[in-house]
Amino acid sequence: MKNIKTPLSGPHTHSTNSVTKIMWLVLLALLPATLFGFYLFGWPAFNLWLITIATAIIAEAICLWAMSKPITPFITDGSAILSAWLLAMTLPPWAPWWIGVMGALIAIVIGKQIFGGIGQNIFNPAMLSRVALLIAFPVQMTSWVKPIPFFSRSAPDFIHGLSITLHGYSIDAVSGATSLGYVKTELSLGTKTLTDILSKTYNNDALTLGFVNGSMGETSAVLILLGGIFLIYKRIISWHIPVAMIGSVAILAFITNIISPERYPSMIFHITSGGLILGAFFIATDMVTSPNTKTGKLIFAAGCGGLVFVIRTWGGFPEGVAFAVMLMNSLVPLINHYIRPRVYGHTYSGNSLQYDASKLKAPDTGTDA
Amino acid sequence: MKLFRFRGGVHPVAHKQSTGCKAINTMPVPKHLYVPVQQHIGAPAEPMVNIGQSVLRGELLAYSQGALSAPVHAPSSGTVIDISEHTAPHPSGLPVRTIIIETDGEDKWCSTQTAQNPFTLDSDEISARVGAAGIVGLGGATFPSAVKLNMGKQYPIHTLVINGGECEPYLTCDDRLMQEQASAIVDGIRIMLHALHTQKALVAIEDNKPEAIEAMKIASNLFDSVEVITVPSRYPMGSEKQMIQTLTGMEIPAGKRSADIGIIVHNVGTAYAVHQAIRHGFPLLSRIVTIGGGAVKNPQNLEVRLGTLVSEVFAYCDGFVETPKRILMGGPMMGQVLPSQDVPIVKGSSGVIALTSREIAISENRPCISCGSCVEACPCGLLPLAMAARARKGEFDAAVDFGLMDCISCGSCSYVCPSHIPLVQYFNYAKGELAARRRDQIKNEATRKLAEQRNIRMQRIEQEKAEMAAKRRAMQEAKEKAKQEAAS
Repeated sequence: MKNIKTPLSGPHTHSTNSVTKIMWLVLLALLPATLFGFYLFGWPAFNLWLITIATAIIAEAICLWAMSKPITPFITDGSAILSAWLLAMTLPPWAPWWIGVMGALIAIVIGKQIFGGIGQNIFNPAMLSRVALLIAFPVQMTSWVKPIPFFSRSAPDFIHGLSITLHGYSIDAVSGATSLGYVKTELSLGTKTLTDILSKTYNNDALTLGFVNGSMGETSAVLILLGGIFLIYKRIISWHIPVAMIGSVAILAFITNIISPERYPSMIFHITSGGLILGAFFIATDMVTSPNTKTGKLIFAAGCGGLVFVIRTWGGFPEGVAFAVMLMNSLVPLINHYIRPRVYGHTYSGNSLQYDASKLKAPDTGTDA
Repeated sequence: MKLFRFRGGVHPVAHKQSTGCKAINTMPVPKHLYVPVQQHIGAPAEPMVNIGQSVLRGELLAYSQGALSAPVHAPSSGTVIDISEHTAPHPSGLPVRTIIIETDGEDKWCSTQTAQNPFTLDSDEISARVGAAGIVGLGGATFPSAVKLNMGKQYPIHTLVINGGECEPYLTCDDRLMQEQASAIVDGIRIMLHALHTQKALVAIEDNKPEAIEAMKIASNLFDSVEVITVPSRYPMGSEKQMIQTLTGMEIPAGKRSADIGIIVHNVGTAYAVHQAIRHGFPLLSRIVTIGGGAVKNPQNLEVRLGTLVSEVFAYCDGFVETPKRILMGGPMMGQVLPSQDVPIVKGSSGVIALTSREIAISENRPCISCGSCVEACPCGLLPLAMAARARKGEFDAAVDFGLMDCISCGSCSYVCPSHIPLVQYFNYAKGELAARRRDQIKNEATRKLAEQRNIRMQRIEQEKAEMAAKRRAMQEAKEKAKQEAAS
């Protein structure tokens, strides 16, 4: 019963959908934001991206070989590349090479293959890896360079870029905090009001367009949003997770901001900063680690959004997308167990439907032909 | 009319244009006809002809056995040359009892019973004649139609739904029939309404068949009781459950039938067959079959005598342009793989489809990525991925818990699955295992009962023996006592 070569049962035709197609379309959707990231952060960002993906492919191949599974079909399905790509987009763009290597190994070996490969993992591999890196290497994982776009005078050339990736760089020279991190630190000092703090860094347009410190995946909200809308248009993802996740953050931010505008940043600030949009469209929507039903997806994503807000506002870290998604990942089996569609002919509680005798009449056709 | 939406469903590529625009051809009577005695749901018919006997067209070959059965008739005149086992049009390839007729080419009719005015007949008479004509559900379910026409007695039926959905890709036999025989179909519908004591019939046709809708509207224009309803093209619209839901917003309650909510569903082909049987006295001897698929050279709709071999039907359509990868009876969504072309056309054969490997889009199945596409596509609100995972592990009760028994095997889940998992295959496997287990249980129960009864019987015998022995002993003792007393 394990693998059926010629099914005797229908259907004997198939939609053009396939796992490989899904994965490659998601990669395509990530491309604009990634290219923009390369432009902002130059050669080191590209090097890190390449190293992370290459490591993931090699790690995946070795794992498949070790478990004597077919290598080519699983490598080419794009799933390992996607995990690594997403991870790379959440790393500090000038992080050293071994962060990329470690990250890809954690994502693919521990996050995915140990669970049994594609489809079996409980946690989003990219987020699992990011959290592990953040805890193990807090300095490297929180050093954010200011954008030095390609072609600008101070941008590192290829050789210099390579040396940044391989040997690191002088952190003080070019680094700064992300807007979320900066706000958090300043607020925790308790001396300044939010207006003062934000007047220094906060620029709505810069956040939306992406000319800010941060990982590649958080810098350009517009391009990531564009990719996300493309995925919805292509029916790779449905609107439920992005809307519920961003929506719940927005609602919480809106309420708290009204109550105390000097303590809580605005709704727009919350939505455009950090990895929320990337998380809502590309990470929480990971099919393997999100619920199967629409209602389940809404609950899952609302939980993600709520946790993101809680961690950002009261938690120890400035950003909480990875933690929030992982926590909700662990609840997915529970959500799948309890949230099921209503079965035809049954009530929600599973009993047989009952109709009132008065309803049993010919439907009104409206016209008399 | 207000329509309702059923959940899920898919939009497979229709592939209907190559046959839908051509008029139905009549295939000549072949030299040999292979008429299985079981072409319906229920008990097989019992042959009542002998080898060597000559039969006329329309003559009864095998009579119906029991309440749920249907007779079969000679599709043409000729001689019965054998009654033996022949491969059935079923993927099992198991043989079924088949009456083989060598036709004489004269196609001579036996005498038939016609009704000038069927509306003077009572429902018992109509359903008796429909039953005697061997009419079964021609949409493919092959449920004896007379049984359904009789349901007006048990249940108040407010609506007769005539299913012209034909949502399976490739199939256009109902479409063509509606275009060419609309008046006859409407007449059949009115006879059925009369038999069911029902006032309203809704003819539901998918919107991808505008010519059929037009023809049926014109034909039913005179009759207030027959209404043509255009329904959206979405698979599985032609499934009884989903069609009722679309038209009425009601669902057939679990464990019940449509008659419980006052609805009976018949296929358009069945309505036509009823017209033929009641007005002209013709039993069901032929049907419209779509011969389609990319491998067929000249795809078309044919009126084929029941019992014609599939190989001859393909030959009549000029054979193949390339070797078919898979030959199906029925459409590609729910059709059955044919074990060979050496099987006959039967009452439920709506189409014979020869597919190329490109059309099947065979692909290795991959692990489930729990994307939930199948949950979205399921028209019954089930969790196909969960059911398949349980079935795969042999946890059949858990699969039932996820709704296995509510599955209509429509294949929508499998059609959309990006991992190409043959979900329906798993469900059928689980259903089969459960059925086998139930049979075993009944058998074990029976064995246990027999053993128990035997034990009781043996005990009783032992007891009786013991009692007898005790009695004998008592008598002996009494005798000896008497002897001693006498001696002393």
